[in-house]
Amino acid sequence: MPVRYMQAITERYQRLGYQPYRWLVADSAPPWQPLAKPLRETRLGLLSSSGAYALGQVAYHYRDDCSIREIPSATPDAELRFSHITENYLVDARRDPGCMMPLRALRKLASAGVIGSLADKVLSCMGGVYSQRRVRDEVAPAVLDAMRRQAVDAALLIAM
Amino acid sequence: MCHQTVSLVARHLEANGIPTLCLGSALDILEAGRPPRAMFVDYPLGHTAGKPFDEADQDGIVLAALRGLETFTRPGQLETLPNRWDDDGAWQRAAASSEGGDTRQARDETPQFQFPADRDAALASGALET
Repeated sequence: MPVRYMQAITERYQRLGYQPYRWLVADSAPPWQPLAKPLRETRLGLLSSSGAYALGQVAYHYRDDCSIREIPSATPDAELRFSHITENYLVDARRDPGCMMPLRALRKLASAGVIGSLADKVLSCMGGVYSQRRVRDEVAPAVLDAMRRQAVDAALLIAM
Repeated sequence: MCHQTVSLVARHLEANGIPTLCLGSALDILEAGRPPRAMFVDYPLGHTAGKPFDEADQDGIVLAALRGLETFTRPGQLETLPNRWDDDGAWQRAAASSEGGDTRQARDETPQFQFPADRDAALASGALET
């Protein structure tokens, strides 16, 4: 049975004496934009919320870091790094970035013609931001700008 | 938290003309955040794109997620992949427990490099100023 994380985390924080966290509960239907062309012609963007960065870039900090990184999609796995406030979930991704930042798999799908192309730069953020307002006001617009600069037709978002 | 962030970003992209698919492994947070399209993989957090050193698993998950961009027809559609982490479900019981302490790192406001040498590389590239 799938883990009910919101309940488990709420109960844990209560037991530890923390203030309750107000989880996002969407109060409107999601927007909808159909795919404009077949996947095999689609230029794909990627966002991973795992706090990935490439060697030579600055790591994320752990206090609601709302910045993003633009990572060349040709970056070899050996040059991918991760910094995220829940480092306990990064043990495997730090050994094999494919767990959270599947550049190898996406390059393979692009060369096989399953997708039209992969954006030259893919994106990361540090998803452990507590302020939903700051995600809306800072992270989301920054990701939109970067996706537009990459002229993507669609985006895959990978949550940690 | 990450699933919440990704849901908010997906809704923003989609509202601005970019079709999205969210691949995630926290079903309840995806259900609450209601991104336009979501694919759930029932793996422990930190393995959303597949098992470590298992290229076939990673390739299959990423491809199945991307197919959702083409095949999903309903706003808010959420499907579950058939992949299983293991057969005994021990990880689910551990992850669902509210026992134990706070596993998060301190909310430090300085860059938290994975390796000390990464800081040197960021300084050398000019990305980080002394």
